[in-house]
Amino acid sequence: MLSRTAANLYWTGRYMERAEFTSRLVEATIRLTSLGDHAEGDQAWKSALSVVGAGRAFAAAGESFSPASVRRYLTLSEDNATSIRACLARARDNARAARTALTVEVWEAINRAWLIIRDRTKPGGAQATLNLVEALKAEIRGFEGALARMLRSEGCWFMHLGQVIERGDNTARLLDVKYYLLLPRGQEVGGALDRDQWSTLLQIVSAKTAYRHLYSGPLRPWRVADFLIFRAEMPRSLVSSAEETVSLLSAFAARTGRQGPADRLARKRLDRIQESAIDAVVQKGLHEWLHDYIRENGAIDNAIARQFRFG
Amino acid sequence: MAGARAFDELWGAGSGKAPRPGFEPLAAWLNDLPIAELGRRQQAAEAAFRSLGITFAVYGEEQAAERIIPFDIIPRIFSHAEWTRLSEGLEQRVRAINLFIHDVYGDRRIIADGIVPADIVLGNAQFCIPCCAGRPPHDVYAHICGIDLVRTGPDQFWVLEDNARTPSGVSYMLENREAMLRLCPELFDALPVEPVDSYPELLRETLQSVSPGRGDACCVLMTPGHYNSAFYEHSFLADNMGIELVEGTDLEVDDDIVWMRTIQGRVRVDVIYRRIDDAFLDPLVFRPDSALGVPGLMAAWLAGNVALVNAPGTGIADDKAIYSYMPEIVRYYTGEEPRLPNVETFRCREPKALQHVLANLDKLVVKLVDGSGGYGMLVGPAASKKELETFGAALKAAPERYIAQPTLALSTVPTFTESGIAPRHVDFRPFVLTGANGVKIVPGGLTRVALQEGSLVVNSSQGGGTKDSFVLADPGSGPNPDGDS
Repeated sequence: MLSRTAANLYWTGRYMERAEFTSRLVEATIRLTSLGDHAEGDQAWKSALSVVGAGRAFAAAGESFSPASVRRYLTLSEDNATSIRACLARARDNARAARTALTVEVWEAINRAWLIIRDRTKPGGAQATLNLVEALKAEIRGFEGALARMLRSEGCWFMHLGQVIERGDNTARLLDVKYYLLLPRGQEVGGALDRDQWSTLLQIVSAKTAYRHLYSGPLRPWRVADFLIFRAEMPRSLVSSAEETVSLLSAFAARTGRQGPADRLARKRLDRIQESAIDAVVQKGLHEWLHDYIRENGAIDNAIARQFRFG
Repeated sequence: MAGARAFDELWGAGSGKAPRPGFEPLAAWLNDLPIAELGRRQQAAEAAFRSLGITFAVYGEEQAAERIIPFDIIPRIFSHAEWTRLSEGLEQRVRAINLFIHDVYGDRRIIADGIVPADIVLGNAQFCIPCCAGRPPHDVYAHICGIDLVRTGPDQFWVLEDNARTPSGVSYMLENREAMLRLCPELFDALPVEPVDSYPELLRETLQSVSPGRGDACCVLMTPGHYNSAFYEHSFLADNMGIELVEGTDLEVDDDIVWMRTIQGRVRVDVIYRRIDDAFLDPLVFRPDSALGVPGLMAAWLAGNVALVNAPGTGIADDKAIYSYMPEIVRYYTGEEPRLPNVETFRCREPKALQHVLANLDKLVVKLVDGSGGYGMLVGPAASKKELETFGAALKAAPERYIAQPTLALSTVPTFTESGIAPRHVDFRPFVLTGANGVKIVPGGLTRVALQEGSLVVNSSQGGGTKDSFVLADPGSGPNPDGDS
């Protein structure tokens, strides 16, 4: 396979995953703010911006802050590289350049998602935005379904690899923001708003009921962290991303008979997570630990690009 | 052009009552099939093309990738004898084209012998000076030629243009046939139509045969990218040949050897079927601002380490000024009389011809030798008196820049139109392949049809459509073993 084609497929996977994550983030934030008062609502939208790392870019773009402006910025803005529209446009561009390596089903799912948002100029009110996001999530699920029906070979693996690398990054950022930016001052930890925020977080990673299955008792921050980091049953947990990265890279190695730096880094990361536990992480400091994870994820992304000569 | 009724490919020159001999089954099919059914099948074909994405882009249109070229369901048809004659003529012409290119970048015997004037070769914008320093593997330059033909009578075929650079349209030959087989299978029972689906295989063999190295050559198709108007064709051909579809950035040249970047490392490339113009091939030699090409590619070609298909510099053979010398060129290299004539062409650089052109300006088409796309062109019969005067003055001022041709009554084929079945003018582009082992032609080609009544413009960008082109098998060879009773 051409390296350029591989890069196109990898980034198709990454951008589709990011589009879904931002969709879920917008959805969960709308639901959260419909519960609380204005000040808390503003706080939730600010933290949504930080989760996708767009706080500074939002201010630099000269946007004035309001829930509606953040909603538009996260869904439709062309200036925001992480907006759903921008992610879908890039996913489609990459997919189009690698069109011959895709099945018709995969291409159509991406194209349909793009067509939903292409001509949209306003996200509309909260309900209209929820409808938009709902429609997009359905197409992105269609993309994942089509991916599952592809021939198990390099084409499918590169898109999948892009997804799991992006997923690890997204989950880590979400947790990080929740612990260190989200807790409003003066609110008692474990209070009503806090509980709403925790359920919102679980909703973003589509794991609200899953949590209930694995843990009994009330929502506890450390349990949620344990869940999102260490539980391999949870598809969006960091250990799941780390595991899938290793197994996808092993699939390539089995096909080519060769391994590289990406394989070694990915296995090292998985070992490190599997040898650790939530108590140790809390002791070290969750923020530092998550930052290490995000940095390591970036290093693996770089190593993948080098190993497969994305150029 | 005006007045007399044009020759019809199905009905001949007659009144339209009896089809030409051998074509009766097509006439019967056309008469028997209800017009609504014809329309339904045509729509089904177009819907299939759209969902397959057989599209072309018109530059500057926002949703460019969504256009398809109109397809007409009524095929044009050649008898076996007609095709045999045509293909002999095409083979001869393409052989001469390759010998001519080889000569002008080498010994230039044809200039020394006074057949073609030196200035129209060496002073030609299409003359590629860097090509003089090298030879392509196996001495083949124009591996793929799309020779545009028109017809004006039962035995009157004319070459309108020799496309010897990167001719396109072959995917329509293949897809149109696919559509016809699916939608009108009964026609293939009634008529012994020669298949065209061997084209990708023949092309692949042609590419393999011109590899500079031995063994299993690595062939690739090089595209300017998915924004190019013909990208569908590029990906279609690469897919059907089972070769990689690459862009310039996928290739690199190291020590005059071309490599392709793959996920498993560098793979050496032997043959590049490039669908990108000379000017963009190599920024070190041609346009320095080209981001589509590969730096060092020309050096690799000159070193004989890679075959470029077609070779750089072939534009010298399909230039309008050279075109008028094609009969002499064919005679010179083959020692034979040309089997396919040129459209009569007056070179205004010659005083006698200029005199004739000026006297008959209102009956002729006058073209700039270095123009294309209709720029600097006069269509005499359609021009006003004032336009004729202005153009005549320009012509007198620089006669060497112009050629003139009579307007032709192009043949017609019955075509499905809004007002029923009606004759529409067509041309024809067969694709001629030249490898190390000689010339091969698939029995078929691209028939383009001017969908506007009376129009002679078949270009897809100006509302032209396409048709399938049937070539009938030798009636004596029993081509339909289970259909004969």
